[in-house]
Amino acid sequence: MEAIWKILEEVNDPEIPVLSVIDLGIVREVAMDEQGRLVVSITPTYSGCPAMDMIAVHIKSVLQDHGYEEVIIKTVLEPAWTTDWMSEAGRQKLLAYGIAPPVRGTVDKNALFAEGPSVKCPQCGSSHTQMLSQFGSTACKALYQCQSCMEPFDYFKCH
Amino acid sequence: MSDKDLLFAYLLRLGDNSLILGQRLSAWCGHGPVLEQDIALTNIALDLFGQTRSLLQYAAILEGKGRTEDDLAFLRDVRDFRNCLLVEHPNVDFAYTIARQFFFDTYHFFLLEQLQDHSDAQLSAIAKKSLKEVTYHLRFSSEWMIRLGDGTAVSHEKLQTAVDELWIYTGELYTPDELDLELAARDLAPDLKQLENLYLRKVRDIFDTATLSLPDTDFMQTGGKQGRHTEHLGHLLSDMQFLQRAYPGLTW
Repeated sequence: MEAIWKILEEVNDPEIPVLSVIDLGIVREVAMDEQGRLVVSITPTYSGCPAMDMIAVHIKSVLQDHGYEEVIIKTVLEPAWTTDWMSEAGRQKLLAYGIAPPVRGTVDKNALFAEGPSVKCPQCGSSHTQMLSQFGSTACKALYQCQSCMEPFDYFKCH
Repeated sequence: MSDKDLLFAYLLRLGDNSLILGQRLSAWCGHGPVLEQDIALTNIALDLFGQTRSLLQYAAILEGKGRTEDDLAFLRDVRDFRNCLLVEHPNVDFAYTIARQFFFDTYHFFLLEQLQDHSDAQLSAIAKKSLKEVTYHLRFSSEWMIRLGDGTAVSHEKLQTAVDELWIYTGELYTPDELDLELAARDLAPDLKQLENLYLRKVRDIFDTATLSLPDTDFMQTGGKQGRHTEHLGHLLSDMQFLQRAYPGLTW
């Protein structure tokens, strides 16, 4: 099974191609069923994540390239995905890609007017940033702007 | 009715609410007042469609007649939809859209909080997942209620007009009908009385901050949950279901 997890590092998120499905933490389980078929359980970041179907297809094809003919993809909803499952390597890759990684230990879940997390600009590193919108280019991101270098950037919201 | 049949009927109500509101919000795509709000409204629509898929998929499984979530969404006619009247109300303008969203989000948020502990594991899992998303929705619509209500004279008037018109469609959210009572009696749905208190407290809170007045009427229109809809839903479906109506059985 270790080998399978390693192979899955080749499968990237179609919307944030620098991240693998392992970096994102959306692969929940890899197991063999009684008929000897590989069962890969994945969980969506958001219910409506349009990338899920593509990810499932991609996982199958990569595993088939490695000789695993019969692969079953299972979608699990519980426990619900959280940004805490993102790997450290994944966080570094996001930053290098220009997307601010989720700020650890922040509660971004308050229903009303919680103070936003202090997000550092992925371009210049300044903490003087401002949220433009809670909703960004994909369901998992918010839109920020740096007040120091004025660059707008995506923030992978803590969830 | 068996527990399974009751749960199926309940899942249709939940799924149809998300589906119809998602469809309404999607119409803002490319028409939002500014880019950020255009993206926000369509993001919320996407979350709602994701939730719809989970709910109707599960409903179809429980029904056991071989239907899929797509069949339920695209092959039912207006009288078979079980969404509340509020969500089918047209967008009209940004103020109406925000007011409708705020009423629904508030109800949705407290409902999902309670559904998290549902005895049915799948419904509980869907609720836990959805609640994370709806928390963002509620924050968004609450902030806009305050921003528009306590904004300029024009934004205040537009929002108060929207609130006054939509108000009669909000009672249905927390007014139980026979099915709701039966579900609650069997511990398959939360007690709506408790939800009503949480809902109204939050609405009053935001109205206060937003300097809005609560409409002065006790009359509440109901019917959506039983399939008696306003004229608007048929038009919405003719658009949403166009492909399946014109080309039955069409697939990608």
